[in-house]
Amino acid sequence: MQTAFYLFRRLASDRTALFGACLVLLLILTAILAPWLATHPNDVAEFHPAERLKPPSAAHFFGTDRMGSDVYSRLLFGARITITIAVIAVGTAVLIGVPIGLVAGYYRNWVGDLLMRISDIFLAVPQIVLAIAIAQSLGPSIENVILALSLTYWPFWARLVYAETTRAMNETYVEAAIALGVPAPRIMLLHILPNISSSIIVRTTIGMGGTILTAAALGFLGLGPPPPTPEWGRTIAESREFLPDAWWYATAPGVAIFLVVMGFNLLGDGLRDILDPRTRRERE
Amino acid sequence: MTGKAMAAPLLEVEGLRKYFPVRDVWGRRTGWLKALDDVSLAVREGEILGVVGESGCGKSTLGKVIMGIHAPTAGSIRFEGEDITDRRRAGKSGLRSRLQYSYQDPGASLDPRWKIGASLNEPLAIHTRLDRSERQARIGEIIRAVGLPETHLDLYPHEISGGQQRRVGLARILTLKPKLVILDEPTSGLDVSVQATVLNLFLDLKHQFGLTYVFISHDLAVVRMLCDRVAVMYLGRIVESGPIEQIFSSPRHPYTQSLLAAIPEIGGRKVTDDFWLEGEPPDPTSLPSGCRFRTRCPRAIERCAQEDPGLIDRGGGHADACLRAGES
Amino acid sequence: MSEPLLSVSNLRVDFVTNAGRARVLDHVNLSLKTGEIVGLVGESGSGKTTLARAILGILPANAARIESGEIWFEGRDLLKSPAEIVARDVRGRRITFVPQDPFTSFNPVFSIGSQIMEIMRWKSPDARPNRRNWWQRYPRERRRADLARVLELLRIVQLPDPEAILAKYPHEVSGGQRQRLMIAMALATEARLIIADEPTTALDVTIQAQILKLLRRLTSERGVSVLFATHDLGAAHEICDRVVVMYAGQEVESAPASVFFRAPAHPYTESLLASLPSRERGIRGIPGEIPVLVDPPAGCRFHPRCGRASDACRRIRPEVSAPVPGHEVRCYHPLVRRPTEVHS
Repeated sequence: MQTAFYLFRRLASDRTALFGACLVLLLILTAILAPWLATHPNDVAEFHPAERLKPPSAAHFFGTDRMGSDVYSRLLFGARITITIAVIAVGTAVLIGVPIGLVAGYYRNWVGDLLMRISDIFLAVPQIVLAIAIAQSLGPSIENVILALSLTYWPFWARLVYAETTRAMNETYVEAAIALGVPAPRIMLLHILPNISSSIIVRTTIGMGGTILTAAALGFLGLGPPPPTPEWGRTIAESREFLPDAWWYATAPGVAIFLVVMGFNLLGDGLRDILDPRTRRERE
Repeated sequence: MTGKAMAAPLLEVEGLRKYFPVRDVWGRRTGWLKALDDVSLAVREGEILGVVGESGCGKSTLGKVIMGIHAPTAGSIRFEGEDITDRRRAGKSGLRSRLQYSYQDPGASLDPRWKIGASLNEPLAIHTRLDRSERQARIGEIIRAVGLPETHLDLYPHEISGGQQRRVGLARILTLKPKLVILDEPTSGLDVSVQATVLNLFLDLKHQFGLTYVFISHDLAVVRMLCDRVAVMYLGRIVESGPIEQIFSSPRHPYTQSLLAAIPEIGGRKVTDDFWLEGEPPDPTSLPSGCRFRTRCPRAIERCAQEDPGLIDRGGGHADACLRAGES
Repeated sequence: MSEPLLSVSNLRVDFVTNAGRARVLDHVNLSLKTGEIVGLVGESGSGKTTLARAILGILPANAARIESGEIWFEGRDLLKSPAEIVARDVRGRRITFVPQDPFTSFNPVFSIGSQIMEIMRWKSPDARPNRRNWWQRYPRERRRADLARVLELLRIVQLPDPEAILAKYPHEVSGGQRQRLMIAMALATEARLIIADEPTTALDVTIQAQILKLLRRLTSERGVSVLFATHDLGAAHEICDRVVVMYAGQEVESAPASVFFRAPAHPYTESLLASLPSRERGIRGIPGEIPVLVDPPAGCRFHPRCGRASDACRRIRPEVSAPVPGHEVRCYHPLVRRPTEVHS
C-alpha cells in the first residue's frame, strides 16, 4: 500500500489534478448526500405550477423550472443519475473489453483477429450515432442508455488492451515467464494485467467524462430516462424554449456537466502523469 | 570429472537447421534466412561449452532452438538421452526444471510489479510439489547462493541495483536446480569490473550446484577465460570446435584465425597493424556456393566454391570445416 | 611547448534529477594537442560521455547545469561564446562527432545522400558562415564540389560503390557501413577534432578491427585530433597516443599509451587493467560498486574501493602530480612501477 500513499502525494502536488479530484469528489458527495443537501427534495416528483420559471433567490438557489420545481434540488438528484449511468456503462464496457483484448493480444490467432475486426466495425461508427440508434430502437429509459453506452464503448477497451498486451508480450519478463512454463491465464492475469493497469485506470477516468457527456447528449435528445427523472441532459432540452429569459434553467445543469467532465479529464491527466512508468521510478 | 568422458553427453544436437522465411511486401516468400544450417554438437556434463561468433552467425538462435523458444526446421535435440526436438510431444514440465535459459540481462526477466520473493517463488509453485515451507527454504538457499541478503526478498526490482537484479534473475533460474543452463551473452555491455564479478558468480554457482553451461558470447577473451571447449560459428554453421587452448593456440579455420587476430592485446602488438580480414559477411539470405567463408578467405581455391565442407575431426576433439586445413 | 588544440579546465557539471543533484563532472581537466589521439577511458558513470557532450555543447538543457569551468578550443572559450556562433562555426564543422549508434543519428525516412548533402550545405568548408538563413539557395557549383568531396571520402573509408550508398536508406546498410559513413562525414567538413563516443562498441570484433585501422590511418594522414571515449581498453590500446582515465566524474590519470598499459600509476587504473579476463591472472573484479553521483564520496571518489586509501584521500581530492613528465596522476599513493612489467 505504500504505492497508494506515494500516488496520493504525487497527486496532491499537481494542482490541476487535485482540482479535478475535488470536482469528482464533489460529484460523488452530491450524489450521496442529495436528500440532505436539497432544499426541496420532493421536487423530483412534485411540481408547483404557480412557482414556475422564477429566477434564483434565497428560496431557490438556481431558480425554478417550467413545472415550478427547484432547479437546485433536481440538479443534486440528477447527480445520482449521472454517476449511476457513468459507472455502470464504463464498468460494463471495461469488464467486456479488457478480457477480450487480453486474450486476443496474448494468443494472436484467428480468434483474436476476428474479435478485433468486430471491434473495428464498432469503432468505425461514432459512438454517439450508434448509441442514438440503439437507444432509439429500445426506447427511452435509464437501462437502455446504459446498454447503448456499454455496447458502443467496449470495443475501445478491447483495442486499447490488445495494443498494450501485444506490447507487453515483447517485454523480457513476459518472454521469460513463457519460457519458464507459466500457464497462459496466470501470465495474463498476474503479469500482463498489472503492468497495463495504469493505462486502464487513466483511460477509465477520462472515459467517465466522455461517457457522461454522451449520456447527457442522449438525454438531451429525449432518449434518456423519461420525465420526471431529473437527468441533466433532459433538463437542458426542456429549458431550450425558455431561453434566454430563464437563463438559470439551462445554465445550472450545463455548468454541472461542464464541471464534472472537466473534473474527470483533469484527474485522468494527472493520473497519467503520475502513473507513466517513465516518470514514476527514480532509480532506473 | 574425467570418469564422465565415457558417459553419454548431457545435451546432443544433431543436424539442426532453423530457416526463417524471408517475405516481400506482399507476404510472399522470397527466400530463406538460414539462421542455423546443419549444426551438430555435444555438451558433456560438468563442462562449459562456449559458442562464439559475430552478429548473424546464429549463436543466439541456437540457444533459443535448444531451449524450445523456436521450433527447429530439421534436426534433433537430445537432452539426458531423451529426444526433445518436438516440444509439444515431449513431457514439458520435467524438462523445464532441468534445462534453463538466461537472457542477456537476467534482471529484465523479473516482473517489475512483483516482489523479488514472489518472482523466485513462481517457478517452484508451477513446477514442483513442494509445500510452502519447503519453497521458502529453497528460495532462501538460492538467494544466499547468489550473494544477496534474505531481506531483499521483500523488495521490488527497481529498489535494487542493476547488478543485484542480475543476480536475482540468475537465482530465479536456479530455483529449479537445473542441470544445464544456456547463458546468452551474459556479459555484453557490462563494465569490465562488473564483468569480472559476474563471471566469478557463474563459476561459484557452477561448483555449488554442479551446473553445466552453454556460454554464448561474442567476447572471445571472456570465453577463453571461462570455457573448456568452444565452437566457432559463421553464418549458421560451426566452422571450428575443440578444446579451448587448442583453438586459441592453433586455430585451423581461416575465419577463426581472423577472429582471434582481431582481439586487441593490451601491452602487446596492435591488431590494426596487420589485420587482414576485409569486407562484411555476405547477405545471409543468399549465401555463396560451396564454403560460405570463401568470399573473404585468403586461402580460397576453386574447390571451395564447389564443395561445402562439414566439420571434420582431425583428432583430439579439434574439428574444423575447411578443405585446406589438413594441408601443412 | 605547442598550444593545445583543446583545453578543458575545471569543468563542473551537475545534472538535476528526481533524486537530487548528481555531480556528474567534478572539476575535470583535459587537454589535447593537434594530431593527437587521446583515449577517454571510463566505466559507466565515469562522466566520459557527459564530458564529450559538454565539449560539443549538446548537454540536455533541462537537466544539465554547467557550474564552472572553461573549454578552450582554437582560441575561444566555448562555454562563454554565443551559442549561435558555436553551433554554426564549431559544432559539426571544426569539432565533429562519431556516435556509438550511428543508426539513430540518421533520419530513417530520408536517403543517406540527402542527409549528408544537407549537412554539407551548411557545414562544408566552402560554406559562407555569415549567411545562415534556411531559405538560402545551395549554389550549384558548390554543391557539385561538395558532392565530389563526399564521394571521395566514401571511397577513402572503403565503402563499396559510393554512389549507390548515397541513394540508400539508413536501414539498408549494415552497422559497420554506417560507422564508416559517420567517419566520412566527420572528415568531410575538414574538422580539427573528432569526438568519438564508443564508436566501435556495438560492432563485431572483426569489423571493429577494420574501423580502428581506418580511423588510425586517416587521422594520422590528415593531422586530425581524436577524443576517443570508450570503456573498451582493447580499443583504446589499438588507437590512442595518450589515455585519460575517469572514475565517477573525476579524471584520475593521464599517460602516454605505452606507459599507461604497462605501468599505470593510479590504483583504479591498475585494478581496471587487472580485471580484464586473462588466463594467467584469473578473474579479479573490483570490490564495491560505482558510487551514486547524487551523494558521491568526498575527496577522491575511488577511496571506498581503494586498498591504499588514507585519511587524506577521504577528505580532499588529490592535486595533479607527475611522477614522470607527461604522466599525470591524481593520487596521494600512486603506484610506482618499473616500466618493464607488462599487463597482458
